[in-house]
Formats: sequence, C-alpha cells, structure tokens
Amino acid sequence: MKRQIEAEILSQRRLAPEIYDMRIEGGEAAKDARPGQFVTLYCEDGARILPRPISICEREGTRFRLVYRIAGAGTREFASYGAGKKLRMMGPLGNGFPLLNKRAILIGGGIGIPPMLELMKELPGEKTAVLGYRDRELFLRDEFAAYGPVATATEDGSAGVRGNVLDAIREQGVEGEVIYACGPTPMLRAVKEYALEKGLLCYLSLEERMACGIGACLACVCRSKETDEHTGVHNKRVCKDGPVFEAREVEL
Amino acid sequence: MHTRVNLAGVELKNPVMTASGTFGSGAEYGEYVDLNRLGAVVTKGVANVPWEGNPTPRVAEVTGGMLNAIGLQNPGIDVFCRRDIPFLRQFDTKIIVNVCGKTESDYLEVVERLADEPVDLLEINISCPNVKEGGIAFGQDPRAVEHITALVKKKARQPVIMKLSPNVTDIGEMARAAEAGGADILSLINTLTGMKIDIHRRAFVLANKTGGMSGPAIKPIALRMVYQAAQAVRIPIIGMGGIVTAEDAIEFILAGASAVSIGTANFMYPDAAVRVIEGIEAYMEKYGVEDIGELVGAVR
Ligand SMILES: Cc1cc2nc3c(=O)[nH]c(=O)nc-3n(C[C@H](O)[C@H](O)[C@H](O)COP(=O)(O)OP(=O)(O)OC[C@H]3O[C@@H](n4cnc5c(N)ncnc54)[C@H](O)[C@@H]3O)c2cc1C
Ligand SMILES: Cc1cc2nc3c(=O)[nH]c(=O)nc-3n(C[C@H](O)[C@H](O)[C@H](O)COP(=O)(O)O)c2cc1C
Ligand code: FES
Repeated sequence: MKRQIEAEILSQRRLAPEIYDMRIEGGEAAKDARPGQFVTLYCEDGARILPRPISICEREGTRFRLVYRIAGAGTREFASYGAGKKLRMMGPLGNGFPLLNKRAILIGGGIGIPPMLELMKELPGEKTAVLGYRDRELFLRDEFAAYGPVATATEDGSAGVRGNVLDAIREQGVEGEVIYACGPTPMLRAVKEYALEKGLLCYLSLEERMACGIGACLACVCRSKETDEHTGVHNKRVCKDGPVFEAREVEL
Repeated sequence: MHTRVNLAGVELKNPVMTASGTFGSGAEYGEYVDLNRLGAVVTKGVANVPWEGNPTPRVAEVTGGMLNAIGLQNPGIDVFCRRDIPFLRQFDTKIIVNVCGKTESDYLEVVERLADEPVDLLEINISCPNVKEGGIAFGQDPRAVEHITALVKKKARQPVIMKLSPNVTDIGEMARAAEAGGADILSLINTLTGMKIDIHRRAFVLANKTGGMSGPAIKPIALRMVYQAAQAVRIPIIGMGGIVTAEDAIEFILAGASAVSIGTANFMYPDAAVRVIEGIEAYMEKYGVEDIGELVGAVR
C-alpha cells in the first residue's frame, strides 16, 4: 500500500531571495521516482488543509531535493523549518518525463527550472539546458552545467541573453529533436508553438490547483485534444495523467 | 461490541463512508486505504451523459477549509456501469451511487439505468451549488424536493438517499419534504456556497466565481443542521461536513446521524476514513458501548 509519510527534513538553505533548497527523506517509495514527478507536502498549520505540490529537483537513493519559491503562507511555513523537522508528504506522484535517447533541449522558466535538473542528469543523449530567469539570481544554473551546455536568458538582461528562453534558443542557435519544458503557462504556450513550427516532439510539465493530488477529485484538469480514456471527456488530470503531457495532447 | 448499522434494510459493517466527489470511485484511494475496511464507498456524482465540468481553477483553499467548483465532471452512466461498478464489486464494502442531473428526466434516466446493477443504495444529489441548471435548483424549495423525491422513488429499485443542501433557511422543512416524498434516508450537508477574491489580481480565485465550501471549518454548521434534520424526521440520516477525526464523527452520531461520510479529510489524510473507524471503535471500548446504535441521537 502507498502511504502518506512523516518525512524528515535533512537540511534546508536559501538559494536566492525567496528560493529555498530542501533535502528530505522520502522513504522506500522515493527509489522509484522519475524526473518530472512531484511530491505533495502538507502544512502543520491546520488552517491550511490542502497539499502543496512540489517537483522533484533531484533524487539520491531515498532522498529528495526540493527547490521551491515562497509563493504564499504554505511555502513560507515550509521555509521556516530546519533539519530534523518532519512534514507529512505523499509521493512520488504523477507520470514524469519520458527518457528518450534523442538530442534534447531542456527548457526551464523561473520556478520551473528545478524539475529539469534531475532530467538533465538522467537523459541518456546529447542535451542542452535553456534556463530563463528574472534577474541575475541564477539559482541552480551551475549545477546544470555539469551535465551539458547551458544557455541563459534573463528578463532584465543582467546575465545571458536579454529576453525569454526562446530568445536564448534563437540567439544561441540551440538545436535538438525533442523539447522538455516546465515554466509559466505563457512560456509553455510559446514553446509549444515553437515546437509545432519546427516539427519537434515536445513534452510540457503543467501546473494546476490540486486537492487530492492522486487523481480522485478532478480539481486539477487541463483541456485535452481528444476525449480522455479515464474521464470520458476532454479533460486530463494534471496530478495523475500528468503533470507531463506531449504538447499536441493538450490545449493551453 | 459491534459497529454494524442498518440503513433502510442495507447492513453496513460500520457507519463510515466516503463523501461523494472526494473519493472518485475508489480506484485511486484504493492504493492508500483498504477499501474492505469502509462501511460504504459513495461515488462521484454520475449523470446520464458525460459532463465536462467547469473551467479551472476549480478549487481554492480557505482558512480551515476549501472551495470547489468542479461542476460535476463525470464520464456518464455507461462508462460508470462498465468500469466503476465492477471495480467496487471486488471489495467487501457497500456501493452507494451518487446521481446528478440537470432535468428531472436526467435523474430518472440514471436511476432506471442502475435498476439492474449490483449497487446497494442511490444518493440523489439535489444540492450541488456549482452547476447552473438542476442540482441545487431542486433542493431549495420544499415542494420541488418532495416532487423529485417521489419521482425517483417510483423508478428506483434500491433504497434512496436524498442529499440535502445547507443553502436553505429551514433545513427541517427540507428534511420533512424529502421524507414526505418517500425518501428512505437523508444525507447532509452538501457544501455551503462561498467565494474567494485574489486582491492582487483583483479577480475571483475560482473560474466559476463561487464554489462550495467544505472541510473542518464548516463542521459546526453541519452538525447543527444534522441535529435539526434528525429532530424533524424519523428516517435515518447520514451526517457529513468537516469530519476529520473519530471525535468529529461521534459528535454527528450523538446529534442523530446513523452513519457519517468523510469528504475533504481524505485530501488531508488519504486514510482518514479508516482512522475514523478505528477511533470510533476505541471510543466504544472506552465507554463500554455495546452497539453503536446506542449512540445515535443520544444527545437531544
Ligand atoms: C505539479 C506541480 C509542481 C510544482 N513544483 C514546484 C516546485 O518545484 N517549486 C515551487 O516553488 N513551486 C512548485 N509548484 C507550485 C507550488 O505548488 C505553489 O507555489 C504552492 O502550492 C504555493 O503554496 P502557498 O501556500 O505558498 O501559496 P498560497 O497561494 O497561499 O496557496 C493557496 C493554495 O493554492 C495552491 N497554489 C498556489 N499556487 C499554486 C501553483 N502555482 N500551483 C498549484 N497550486 C498552487 C496551494 O497549493 C494552496 O492550496 C508546483 C505546482 C505543481 C502543480
Ligand atoms: C471536490 C469535491 C467534490 C464534490 N463532489 C460532489 C458530488 O459530485 N456530489 C455530491 O453530492 N457532493 C459532492 N461534494 C460534497 C461532499 O460530498 C460533501 O457533502 C461536502 O464536501 C461536505 O463534507 P466534507 O466537509 O467532509 O467535505 C463534493 C465535495 C468536494 C470537496
Ligand atoms: S488534484 Fe484531485 S484529481 Fe488532481
């Protein structure tokens, strides 16, 4: 049986303003985790009842590394905890990225960057990371560089190419056969359009508000092109059927 | 000591079930809880045809609770009968099918379709606040409640639970109307209509603007309404609304509920229903309660 566990925080540090890096003991279930999957963390404060989904940034044995941004009261609560604290957690959840042996472009925008790190590590073929940041707080960038070339874009032009991830791809002539991307929806829309234009295979990791996190409540759906086999309608569950979808499958 | 309860001739091994819409048809939560432990599984609302549901965001957190506006997305009765009933039949638990519709004939079509299916009870949702037609429209006027109950009773082969809305002035009146229409059992409460606004975006948080509030924060209201309904009718009541722990569940039973449903708590603890069952057993042991029936409505 799968379980919600009491997961112990092993360490926590601040990576950049509002960005935290937490290592947490995931137990036996963690061993099967794939890049692109996520966990849900639960708050101790009873006012906040719903789980917070956070992507797996890295996995080593039974340990997870989670990198997250303070977005509200729940993530602020998590950031206040240090080593030794236990948090209720479920996961790994969701499908994860397919590991294809093709020349790959890994695109991460903002807080969509963390899940691309484990993927960068595990993809078997040639790969380039394209990372989009707001400013010169280039969290995790150097860690990607250990596994392949990295192109950087910043909105304010303080590092790399000024502009967005697609500007970086075009300016630096990044090429590949498959795109993997995670980031804000406008970015994903633009990436999908680019992939269709170039005829590339493209996998997008989507985000939606969740309640159960395991596919039961139908809170977290996205629009699908075809009638989904499980739901019987044009909806797929981001938590269970996703968060990763082939770009042509979903409408953004 | 025993926890068996009899609801309109259907015997449940214990009085704890899962609330409609929070547990799917059990397949996903079945990976986290032993479904054989549950008194019953109440399935997500099902209509005569597939429904796409509302746009997202469909859920929002509020202090001690949540809002949802799923909009009764469901795959339709055909898929449900083909896939979900056979799945649930594998387990030693009762099957309660929650039925929704936009028109009277929608409800009746589903009820008729279920007549020959191996399900134990039907729960008729006349209280969903998140769909424009049907749903709650049937649940806010006592004459409409009595009318739809009588229509459903005429067609139904299984005992009928009428699920009442808390978004009314006098819950006792609605409970009596359902009883007068021939309901075998009542369940309450469905969600309370609520709203959340994002002050930074100056926009509604839910795409549907309003949503149904559930979770621990609504428990005192739900408990009061279950008590009032229990005072108003003689048929059994399934109580729900914010139950997380066995202590919560026992409050509902003492107020007059013969059984309880666990909804939003599943999102907090996937094994919430089993924890409640174990806690009720411990309570009975502690106070030397032989038959759980002794507790039903014991506080007047
Ligand atoms: C599959 C998935 C993976 C994610 N991975 C990461 C990650 O690796 N790092 C990271 O920093 N963030 C990630 N997020 C976003 C993260 O879940 C939210 O930032 C977080 O839930 C905010 O909680 P809060 O209490 O701080 O904010 P609040 O705004 O107070 O939260 C209120 C409610 O809204 C929900 N919510 C708020 N923002 C989001 C959002 N963007 N997506 C989904 N639910 C939200 C919360 O879970 C909570 O239920 C991911 C989201 C999804 C769906
Ligand atoms: C996400 C969600 C979906 C729901 N879907 C249904 C439904 O399809 N039919 C129904 O009768 N009630 C539905 N409900 C209402 C619950 O069954 C229950 O009446 C209500 O949530 C109060 O109980 P709780 O506080 O324990 O969740 C839903 C509730 C939630 C939170
Ligand atoms: S969060 Fe419940 S189905 Fe995805």
